Amino acid sequence: MRSITLGHYLPGDSLLHRMDPRIKLLSLFILIAALFLIKTFLGFAIFCVFVLIVFFNAGLPWRYFLRGLKPIFYIVFFTITLHFLFTKGGRVYWHWGPLTVEEAGIYMGSFMTIRLVLLVITTLLITLTTSPIAFADGIEFLLRPFRRLGVPGHEIAMMMTIALRFIPTLMEEGVKIRNAQMARGADFETGNVFLRARSLVPLLVPLFISAFRRADELALAMEARCYRGGENRTKMRQLEATPLDYWGLVAVAGFTLALVCCGA
Amino acid sequence: MGTIIELKNVTYDYLTGNKPFRALDGISFQIKKGEYLALIGPNGSGKSSLARHLNALLVPTSGEVWVDGLHTAQEEHHWEIRRRVGMVFQNPDNQIVATTVEEDVAFGLENIGVETEQIGPRVRAALEQVGLWHFRQHAPHLLSGGQKQRLAIAGVLAMLPQCLVLDEPTAMLDPRGRSEVMATIWQMNRRMGITVVQITHYLEEILEADRVLVMDRGRIVRSGKPQEIFTGDIELEQFGLEIPTIPKLIRLLRTGGLKISPQALNVHDLVDSLEESHPS
Repeated sequence: MRSITLGHYLPGDSLLHRMDPRIKLLSLFILIAALFLIKTFLGFAIFCVFVLIVFFNAGLPWRYFLRGLKPIFYIVFFTITLHFLFTKGGRVYWHWGPLTVEEAGIYMGSFMTIRLVLLVITTLLITLTTSPIAFADGIEFLLRPFRRLGVPGHEIAMMMTIALRFIPTLMEEGVKIRNAQMARGADFETGNVFLRARSLVPLLVPLFISAFRRADELALAMEARCYRGGENRTKMRQLEATPLDYWGLVAVAGFTLALVCCGA
Repeated sequence: MGTIIELKNVTYDYLTGNKPFRALDGISFQIKKGEYLALIGPNGSGKSSLARHLNALLVPTSGEVWVDGLHTAQEEHHWEIRRRVGMVFQNPDNQIVATTVEEDVAFGLENIGVETEQIGPRVRAALEQVGLWHFRQHAPHLLSGGQKQRLAIAGVLAMLPQCLVLDEPTAMLDPRGRSEVMATIWQMNRRMGITVVQITHYLEEILEADRVLVMDRGRIVRSGKPQEIFTGDIELEQFGLEIPTIPKLIRLLRTGGLKISPQALNVHDLVDSLEESHPS
């Protein structure tokens, strides 16, 4: 059974690892907002330096940096292509029949790409250094003020926890079902995409049925252990932000404000 | 010894479609404090339904269940009842909620609103009792079946229950896991004085129980000490239950005309008893 890393959390003991998850999430929101407010390449450069400093301070290796960017490769590719070919304006650098690459296209294409890449790296910074459980706790806390509007913060966090708990169990079961179906002659490997997708049905149907049965039993077990939602519930690990955490938040907010206000 | 749980003429109907199915049919008995009670019977005899009445997961259609002076029909008592009567289920995987061992033990404590400072020590005590303390940081899926069941027991123990109800806790375990879990259950009962109600198909597990109830089609058909149930005149086979080897042997020897003490239930007793009544 290969091990699964979720949200690719990398355990560690850096300042960023030890930071309160709520503060980290708030900082992330501020930084993402900043990315959408930055209007110049200089702004991006400053932002990039900031992110890289934090990245390497947290002891995160290079390859994670690149691995995190892999999933957005196609999005980046399309952004560049579409902007280069279809955004018009300014000098024409290249043309072939009706296709032209113009100045504004290159500018917009690069601008959007940098924004996208920085967006992913900034998010990666948080997900690589925060354990999923701390993440769930953080989200639960931050959604608390929205409870009155009907946002089920506790339930979302509980769902995340249960999902994390059961993913390895269901993966293991998936492998077992796959082997059982293969022993009976099921073929998961040959054929085109559609045939292969269809061959997944005998794998997914038993897996789903089992997942529903598990959910049923788990609900009963939770009830037997006095679970009744988030009200009056205490926590084994109370999140406690240290002064250092608050200073971190102030630093991030200050950095962002300076960046945006200076018209970068 | 006082009574901890009392059932008075309990009847329970399942609704499947529009037709009610009678799962429990007029059940009355009492469970004494500190008792080890075993519940056996064929599949579909109502054992699990009965167990779920003991901590108010089910409420009788008619009749009453009293847990430590609390009536299970009153919803406001349910949480207190479930704290006092903990439950362990058959499938070890489907009752673990959290992503680490210690967080899972804490789950019940968090639910009943135990103060943060007290949770840590209580989790530790429970994990030490079942021998899983050094696994506290592990992810549950990395534990063996027996360890998972012990974790489930720890989760209940942390809530300081008076009674532990186990619904076929060893059914999905290998022999090693089974003996691990049984040793833990016995320790809870004998050393900590926790009342135990265990449902099982493996009768050799409950040879030392204080009392055995045999269920069939929603009724209690026999009740008695393991000696009476296993070596007496009851045909347990008619309920689809297999009598363990030694009790079976004792019964055969007895029908063959040998005199064996009515207390005998294991090899040791059997040999002693034979030597006594048939000196060579």
